[in-house]
Amino acid sequence: MQDAVTATIPVGEVPDRPQVRDRLRVVMRSFFPFIVVGVIWEIIAWSGIFPRRLFPTIEEVAASFARLTVAGILPHHALDTVIRLLTGFALAALIGVTIGVLMGRSRRAEDICLPLVSICAPIPGLAYAPLFLLWFGLGNISAVLLVGFVAAFPILFNSWTGVKAVKEIWVRSAQSMGADDRRLFRHVILPGALPYILTGLRLGLAQAWRILVAVEMLAAVPWGLGWLIFGAREFLNTDAMLAGIVVIALIGLGLEKFVFQKIEDYTVVRWGMITS
Amino acid sequence: MTEQGQRTRSIIRAVVTLAIAATLYELLARSGYFAPALLPTIPAIMRTLIAMLANGSMIEHAAFTMYRVMFGFGLAVAVGIPLGILMARFQRVENFFLPLVSALMPIPSFALVPLFMLWFGIGNLTTILIVFYAATFPMVFNTWSGVRSVNPLWLRAAGAMGADEQSLFWKVIIPGASPFIITGMRQAFLRAWIAVVGAEMIAASDWGLGWVIFDARNFSTPISCWRRCLLSAVSAMPSSGSCSVRSSAQLCSDGAWCAWPRVRNGKQEWSLLKFVMSALCTTRRAAKCPASRT
Repeated sequence: MQDAVTATIPVGEVPDRPQVRDRLRVVMRSFFPFIVVGVIWEIIAWSGIFPRRLFPTIEEVAASFARLTVAGILPHHALDTVIRLLTGFALAALIGVTIGVLMGRSRRAEDICLPLVSICAPIPGLAYAPLFLLWFGLGNISAVLLVGFVAAFPILFNSWTGVKAVKEIWVRSAQSMGADDRRLFRHVILPGALPYILTGLRLGLAQAWRILVAVEMLAAVPWGLGWLIFGAREFLNTDAMLAGIVVIALIGLGLEKFVFQKIEDYTVVRWGMITS
Repeated sequence: MTEQGQRTRSIIRAVVTLAIAATLYELLARSGYFAPALLPTIPAIMRTLIAMLANGSMIEHAAFTMYRVMFGFGLAVAVGIPLGILMARFQRVENFFLPLVSALMPIPSFALVPLFMLWFGIGNLTTILIVFYAATFPMVFNTWSGVRSVNPLWLRAAGAMGADEQSLFWKVIIPGASPFIITGMRQAFLRAWIAVVGAEMIAASDWGLGWVIFDARNFSTPISCWRRCLLSAVSAMPSSGSCSVRSSAQLCSDGAWCAWPRVRNGKQEWSLLKFVMSALCTTRRAAKCPASRT
């Protein structure tokens, strides 16, 4: 019992001792579950519950991953997907932050935009896909527009909440110390709302990522990871599909770990808005 | 300006905005810039919606979708909460599952749809599994961080007052973690809802809202040829009219159904989620934390 109680108390992480053996152990520990899953996967693949064609062994997946990478097919797909993602996300960030901040600052903008936004937001993004395809045609434009449109909502909601959550007393004290509108915005409201905005951007990026993969399956784009997976299905290329999924996981993980955590560390944490 | 007056003005503005948006849409639809099949007028949408409601097909589609969402979501809750609690309570479980969860989380559920179609066929099982996959991770993650963030002071106080393991768990840890768990449920339901529409579109089954949206015409060809069918819809074949009329009808009905997100005190509460959540838990006050928390 004593053991369990102390386990739940977050005493803070165990301090990092810079010894090689400890680091090795951490690495081993985080690889261990993957090894277990890999072994289970191999057992299922060899046991023949599923046809081999549908459930390839890990070697086969790795082989086709290597083959597709060397042939330049996988990088091309991934590059196109990332470009589409970034374009759509940039669009969403621009629209979402602008409208969100406007809505937070002005009552009139809030009254005008809120009903529209709150009707459009709960509809699942993919439900818009057929409409966008009909209006903008198959291909890149509708994919990017849809990603931008769908990802804008979480960004918008969070920026709006963030601006509203800036403490009234900060605004008043800045004003009484003679801050003009621009400086008030730049030095008080923006930093105050930034944690929320960043959360919004993060959610928006995750949303964009999810929608993009689906929309690539529907929108008949010539290159793209979603299309790779969907196209491979028609030829029962399960190994290619799994290779595509691995790339998708890697990109998603990379975006989360190397883009957003870094941004957060450099701005919000450094300004002391939240503790990391 | 009194608070009452402010609110009336807000409502008036909201109504005016919606009216203007509807008028613009109607004008665009009637202008003939787009083919009427692609951009139907509002009365046409309403007629289709009412017709589909009247003959019961819309309700049946909605019922199928609801069934899949609730089944997958229930499964996700049943797996996610215990796993999250175990991960937070036992270091070993956390060491094992945390790398797996963080590696699988960034894979969008739609990426797995084609794979699951090959493994489990087309139909309910695939859709439910996709929903389950989409909903589990927010559930696990939120429960995990909720249990971890229970104030250690409470634990020590309860321990000092002689609480045994069981009552510590039920009376301190679970209530302490409940705001996070409920946030997790909301997020999970949102994800489930998004996933089900997508899965129904791609892994075409016979009934379901996602399927209505995508059902461009009667399929005489195998289902995997939907892409061709979409092309035909775009090139405005006569039959494609039904697609966009229905899809717009669908959007409308969805919008009316999920109706009005209530926004107050800068906190968003999507009423669809609320509708479900209020059935699931009466302690809505506990869900103070914004849905944005991950």
